Amino acid sequence: MSHVPDRLLAAYVAGRELPGDEGWAIEAHLEGCAQCRARLAGVTTTEESGFLDAVWAGLQPRLTAEPQPLRGRARAWLHGWATPVMVPWLGMVVLVAAIAVFLDQASAGGVSLVQLFAPVLPVFGVAAAWSRGLDPAYELTAGSPRAGLDLILRRTVAVLVPVVLVLLLAGWLSGSNIGLVLLPALAFSAGTLALGTFIGAGWAAGVLAGVWLSALVLPTVAFGGSVALLSASLPVWAAVFVLAAGLVVLRRGFFMRLAAHN
Amino acid sequence: MRTVEAAEVAPTTYAWEIQAEQLKVRVGRKRMAVDGLDVALSTGVHGLLGPNGAGKTTLIRALATVLRPAHGSLTLLGDTVGASIDLRRLRRRIGYLPQTFGYYKRFTVREFVEYIAWLKEMPKQAVPEAVQRAIERVGLADRAGDKMKTLSGGMVRRVGIAQAIVNDPQILLLDEPTAGLDPAQRVRFRELMQELGRDTCVVVSTHLVEDVATACTDVILFSAGKLVFQGTPDDLAGAGSPEDTGDSPIERGYSALLGDRVGRDSW
Repeated sequence: MSHVPDRLLAAYVAGRELPGDEGWAIEAHLEGCAQCRARLAGVTTTEESGFLDAVWAGLQPRLTAEPQPLRGRARAWLHGWATPVMVPWLGMVVLVAAIAVFLDQASAGGVSLVQLFAPVLPVFGVAAAWSRGLDPAYELTAGSPRAGLDLILRRTVAVLVPVVLVLLLAGWLSGSNIGLVLLPALAFSAGTLALGTFIGAGWAAGVLAGVWLSALVLPTVAFGGSVALLSASLPVWAAVFVLAAGLVVLRRGFFMRLAAHN
Repeated sequence: MRTVEAAEVAPTTYAWEIQAEQLKVRVGRKRMAVDGLDVALSTGVHGLLGPNGAGKTTLIRALATVLRPAHGSLTLLGDTVGASIDLRRLRRRIGYLPQTFGYYKRFTVREFVEYIAWLKEMPKQAVPEAVQRAIERVGLADRAGDKMKTLSGGMVRRVGIAQAIVNDPQILLLDEPTAGLDPAQRVRFRELMQELGRDTCVVVSTHLVEDVATACTDVILFSAGKLVFQGTPDDLAGAGSPEDTGDSPIERGYSALLGDRVGRDSW
């Protein structure tokens, strides 16, 4: 049994004028032949396929764009490291560091401002990362499963990375002792976290800023230098950092709860 | 489609979602805001009712494991808080809307709920769908892409509800969720509560008596850190007599029970 040729079937679907006997023959054949009926159902005319293509072309960009834009992914990743309230503090920290570098470059000799400011730079960033007064979503964060040491460390890293980058650049430019710039910064950051588990991050930042003023700034202004900024004090800074870091790990359970005094 | 984890279909091994025995929670250095509370709650919508300063917020914060109980025991989903339990695992199953709901103004609604879902350690692939569902449930689908600072107070409150339910919690704690909602939204909110209460233990703190009357299966009347009454809204209404102050039976029951309390305390 011969079937309807593709050419005739397409012409029939398109509704083109067929010679009378051909049109009648196709219909008679289709009535008895399931195979050709199936082929008929599959045939699309050029207008139809053109229309479908147009609809699809219109839908495609919207289907791929929504509801998860690519930009949102990157932002969501960033939110895992830093809260929006930390951004102005980070900006301030980087700005102060940059000014210190600039002033160091401009004035030769004397005490390096970069060294002087290095310890206190990250302290306020760390406090902003983990302080009830500064973070509006503090209560929500404190009650969430992710609250804890690793969240605090993530945020501290987010503060330290820009600070360390600026300090490294500063050390490289001014040729000063990098260890004396980095170690105090790390020691003060860890110190803020450790002290913060006792008195709250905001108070800890205040106390450490006071320590910084009395141990580094005042001696420097009064006597032109501080013992804390000599190469010999490097092991002491390292010891302070290790001690504070150890204390933070020991008291990690504290970061899972809301501090009454924070 | 979401895969169902073994833990979700496992039979529960506890009788009550929330069980407190002689629970005391300290606020500040001395004051006990919750002072010897005995209560046991299972699935359903529980209205926490009480005058200002009764300790409702402190109780909710303790239930959210944000505050540590000073005394007594608090058992949530079979785990006793304070003992060496896996607090993270427990918190993943709790939803919490604080009374002062803080948020980041520059986040869009979707970003904020996604951020909370991340904080709640939800599996990454489940987040977009769960976030969309939570936002739709509070009726904010058309504002999902808008920044939080452009929302009205009632809408912010609804985002708060969305972030609390995004992880399909087994314990849902809502502190004054209806504050700032207009009457139509409040009706919609009560419907949502009833829907959630079928398989979740919902604790709603409120001072609006009509919220309790329509949406709650159970009322807990709380005053000066102690339980005054626990029962159905009808029981509460039945406790009042026409002489008591109030415009509705439930309000009269409320003032009758609290008035009694005040009378005894003054002795």
